[in-house]
Amino acid sequence: MSTAPILAVENLTVDFLSGDGRFRATDGVSFHVHEGETLVILGESGSGKSVSASAIMGLIDTPPGEIVSGRIRYRGEDIVDMPAERRRDLNGRRIAIIFQDPLAHLNPVYTVGWQLAEVFSVHGIAGGEEARRRSIDILRRVGIPDPETRMDWYPHQFSGGQRQRIMIGMAIALGPEILIADEPTTALDVSVQAQILELLKKLQREEGLAIVMITHDLEVAANMADRIVVMNSGKIVEEGPAREVFTAPKHAYTQRLMSALPDHDEHKERADEAEGAPVLEVRNLTKIYQLSPGMFGKKKALQALDNVSFVLRPGETLGIVGESGSGKSTVARLLLRLAEATAGTALYRGRNIFEMDRRELLAFRRRVQMVFQDPYSSMNPRMNVFSIISEPWCIHGDILEKPRWEERVAELLELVGLRPEHARRFPHQFSGGQRQRIAIARALACDPEVLVCDEAVSALDVSIQMQIISLLADLRDRLGLAYIFITHDLPIVRNFADRILVMKSGRVVEEGMTEALFRNPREDYTRMLIQAAPKPKWDQAQAMAS
Amino acid sequence: MSTLSLQTPDAEKRTASGPARIFRLLLRDPLATLAFAFLVVVVVCAVAGPFLIGDLIEKPNFRARNMPPFSLEQGFAYILGADTLGRSLLARLVVGARNTLGIATAAVLCSLVIGGTLGLIAGYSRGALGNLIMRATDIVMSFPSLLLALVVLFSLGPSVPNLVLVLAITRIPIYLRTTRAEVLEVRERMFVNAAVALGASHSRLIFRHIAPMVIPTLLTIGAIDFATVVLAESSLSFLGLGIQSPQFTWGSMVATGRGYLANAWWVAFWPGLMILLTTLSLNILSNWWRTYSDPQQRWRLELARRHRK
Amino acid sequence: MFGYVFKRSLQSLVAVAGLLVLVFFLSRLTGDPAYLYLPLDSTEAQRQAFNELHGFDDPLYIQFGRYLADLLHFDFGTALSRNRPAMEVALEAFPETLKLAAIAMTLSLVLAIVVGALAATKPGGIFDRLATTISLAGASAPDFWVAIVAILFFSVSLGLLPTSGTGTPLHWIMPIGVLMLRPFGLLTQVVRGSMMGVLTSPYIKTAQAKGVRRTKIVFVHALRNALLPVITVAGDLAASLINGAVVVETIFGWPGIGKLMIDAIVRRDFALVQATVLITAIAIFFLNIVIDLVYAALDPRIRHQTA
Repeated sequence: MSTAPILAVENLTVDFLSGDGRFRATDGVSFHVHEGETLVILGESGSGKSVSASAIMGLIDTPPGEIVSGRIRYRGEDIVDMPAERRRDLNGRRIAIIFQDPLAHLNPVYTVGWQLAEVFSVHGIAGGEEARRRSIDILRRVGIPDPETRMDWYPHQFSGGQRQRIMIGMAIALGPEILIADEPTTALDVSVQAQILELLKKLQREEGLAIVMITHDLEVAANMADRIVVMNSGKIVEEGPAREVFTAPKHAYTQRLMSALPDHDEHKERADEAEGAPVLEVRNLTKIYQLSPGMFGKKKALQALDNVSFVLRPGETLGIVGESGSGKSTVARLLLRLAEATAGTALYRGRNIFEMDRRELLAFRRRVQMVFQDPYSSMNPRMNVFSIISEPWCIHGDILEKPRWEERVAELLELVGLRPEHARRFPHQFSGGQRQRIAIARALACDPEVLVCDEAVSALDVSIQMQIISLLADLRDRLGLAYIFITHDLPIVRNFADRILVMKSGRVVEEGMTEALFRNPREDYTRMLIQAAPKPKWDQAQAMAS
Repeated sequence: MSTLSLQTPDAEKRTASGPARIFRLLLRDPLATLAFAFLVVVVVCAVAGPFLIGDLIEKPNFRARNMPPFSLEQGFAYILGADTLGRSLLARLVVGARNTLGIATAAVLCSLVIGGTLGLIAGYSRGALGNLIMRATDIVMSFPSLLLALVVLFSLGPSVPNLVLVLAITRIPIYLRTTRAEVLEVRERMFVNAAVALGASHSRLIFRHIAPMVIPTLLTIGAIDFATVVLAESSLSFLGLGIQSPQFTWGSMVATGRGYLANAWWVAFWPGLMILLTTLSLNILSNWWRTYSDPQQRWRLELARRHRK
Repeated sequence: MFGYVFKRSLQSLVAVAGLLVLVFFLSRLTGDPAYLYLPLDSTEAQRQAFNELHGFDDPLYIQFGRYLADLLHFDFGTALSRNRPAMEVALEAFPETLKLAAIAMTLSLVLAIVVGALAATKPGGIFDRLATTISLAGASAPDFWVAIVAILFFSVSLGLLPTSGTGTPLHWIMPIGVLMLRPFGLLTQVVRGSMMGVLTSPYIKTAQAKGVRRTKIVFVHALRNALLPVITVAGDLAASLINGAVVVETIFGWPGIGKLMIDAIVRRDFALVQATVLITAIAIFFLNIVIDLVYAALDPRIRHQTA
């Protein structure tokens, strides 16, 4: 591309004041984007990638933020020092943005129609009936069914995917030249993610949009990017055409990042099919939630689980995969008796879990442990690591006598890849990945034979996800654990699970050995989940060419 | 948004929020510093005052009868003037601090403990008992607190314990509802679920996991509520339903002085001013604390220092 | 919708009933009214006759049963101190308090929204510091003392305003001013805090990204969201204005329900106490329903709530 870039960020440095002092969010960041091009800024949480986007839109509150140095040029003109009124005019008309969490970014007390029409009235383009007519057109264009009626709905009445479509509609309403997409699909299910990415590409083709896409998701990045900028700790570590960065990363950080991509070609088959009497046997598990009526609403019932049955054999890893609302987490909650089942049985070594008395239940809870999704909230913030890991021994007095606790905590910490001196620290002093290791150590403290992992890695950065999964795999081999691994991310379990259960709307839609299921999915839904993982853009181009 | 640190990433150092650090930040806000200093003086008066000048409050000085303030004629003790019996107003203010603060402290502690315990039960048990507690709270809340206090005080007779009881009853719902809401929220948190999954007993869940999360909130509310209770006690004493002579609080001093408004305004003025300054200082400090304890706002306190430099 | 109002009414009915029971028995504890209503030198026999006449000689539970039976016929008893039906006396006084409270509440709400919202747009600025200090002072001031000082200053020293009573518009100024202090102070704090929170929320960023003007962001996008917590606090304050009314009505000699109630308690006029309590409770019940409806009108999520 020989023409001048439409947008160029030069040497941008932004600081933030927080209660604990001053933080540098971006440090000398430079990048640019041309018309019709997609630039992806790739980075993990805390890399400063979103801050550059906010700076382009003038959304950084000063204070606490401060743009220390740098220029942002739109068609050659610096917009950092531009008069406020002219800068305001660029927003929405020339440069637009969509965000990660569309529910939070739509005003809850106004109709979407009102919020859409405002884009036209603010820039003096149309008002009243004309603005409404145009807004309806926009909604239709981004794929909202029955836009005439939906105009008068409020944000909370739409699904997550639809809300993001509305945000996109609002962004492209005035035909801007640059669209900034800040993690636009992170909060969405994989199937919806694919649709949103498709919509963005379609709009780009039709309008010649320049897209700056910010993401932590390697597959999304590969799917969208022409060029890629990789950020780490506020700095750009690598930049180049997408294919080069993905296939031949130069910087050590990028290489580490790329190694986290699930490998589709190689799959090691684990030992033979697990045998022996099942540890867990679930039959016709059903859960119906009685929803309490709202202020003016009626009583409703929600069927979260509908006749779910499966078995788990010793030492086996069962993956339960499904999108949000599939009931996969409910299974875990029922199995651990964190909620009551409506119907069905769950046998642990022949005894029905739901009918256990207190003593039996206590014994059961030693043998079946759980690792929760969010390592930030699954540990009491006021307890140190030693108290957290030793808590099972306080509860079950006969596991270990007190003088040996110290020693055993140190052992467990080493087992999960932490250091013994970490025992005196508190959870908030650790990163997400480290916290998940602590949670695993706690789960291992009472020598369980089954570990239920509920979305145990989905709150973590990609490179950390892989580390935790290999830790779990390693523990499985060393301790002979059986896992129920619940996730929304099908590819992630390919190298880990022996068997996979696919769930949708509270039912099991398909069950099979991992590799067989990936090679020959029987159900359309499973196929969709497998294929929903975005394909790299350069492959698509090849596919189209051939 | 997550940002990175410019300083050494020493977690222990960064998250330290010891009293020394809080105090340093406090000194950067002149208004908050003033409020803090004033409260320290009032507390010292309440604790030590009666020992030092306790005898002065009952001593009639006929030459000082209705003496106006700002005159050193009768010595420093009469700088704020004297009442109709010629008793030093300054001395009476200092000694009155003890009853005023004492009653409020006792009432806040009572309502905090009772409200906190009932709220814990109502939030944790979810059963019929919890429902009963909430309905009873609704009744207490559905009626203006001062009127409730009037009715109760009139029936039981005005005395210090009854006054504390009445003030506590009217404030209990605040603690109860907050505790219950917090408990309902905390017990749904992942770490409580994790403890249940480990097999933790009810008492362990309540005392080890839930209560430690709720107590700081309760203490904060208690501190904020203190000013309200001081005002409520003053109103009751002003209406003649609170503390009875010969004991007195600032509120009852205003009531006494009301009769001499036309010829000795200072008798009613100073005690009222003390109430205002005390509650204002409390409110300024709790306002400051709210900013401090909100991680999203705390930078404002840091910023104050930068501008001054 | 109607189901909701019905449910709410039922709940409140229970609360009101509990309150009436409480007040009935507590007020009987205050002592024998005969000593107050008969001359000091009255004989035991005279007092006996007085109590028999008014039914005070029966056991408490019988008195209570009679009271309930009368309630069903909308008979609220006779106010001893005035020799008139208690409810009639209470209903005369109630509008006086209502007028005072409504004006004070409306004024302080409007003022608090404007001042609080403006303060929140530039936190730490001069206007914000001033507004914060003034509102904190308002929330901290003992109303009885302010009333006294105001009388001292405006009536005694300057002779501008009448010290007490009703009649001319001038009579309204001091009672309303004093009554406004606390609601204004607290509401300004709540509006400011809520507004500051809302202004950092994601949908404000969206509005900025659309190019909406700052004033429109504050007063259209943010204000409606920021008002939600304010409504709750305003409701509680409106209910407790009756509190303030007791003090203000006593000092300024305003013939409202607060003064009536305290007089009735002091004079052991049980029927009148019960009537005033009933009226206040019903007023608060309606207030709560209005608050809920306003809340639902402002927030569509409440209207559509199903989960």
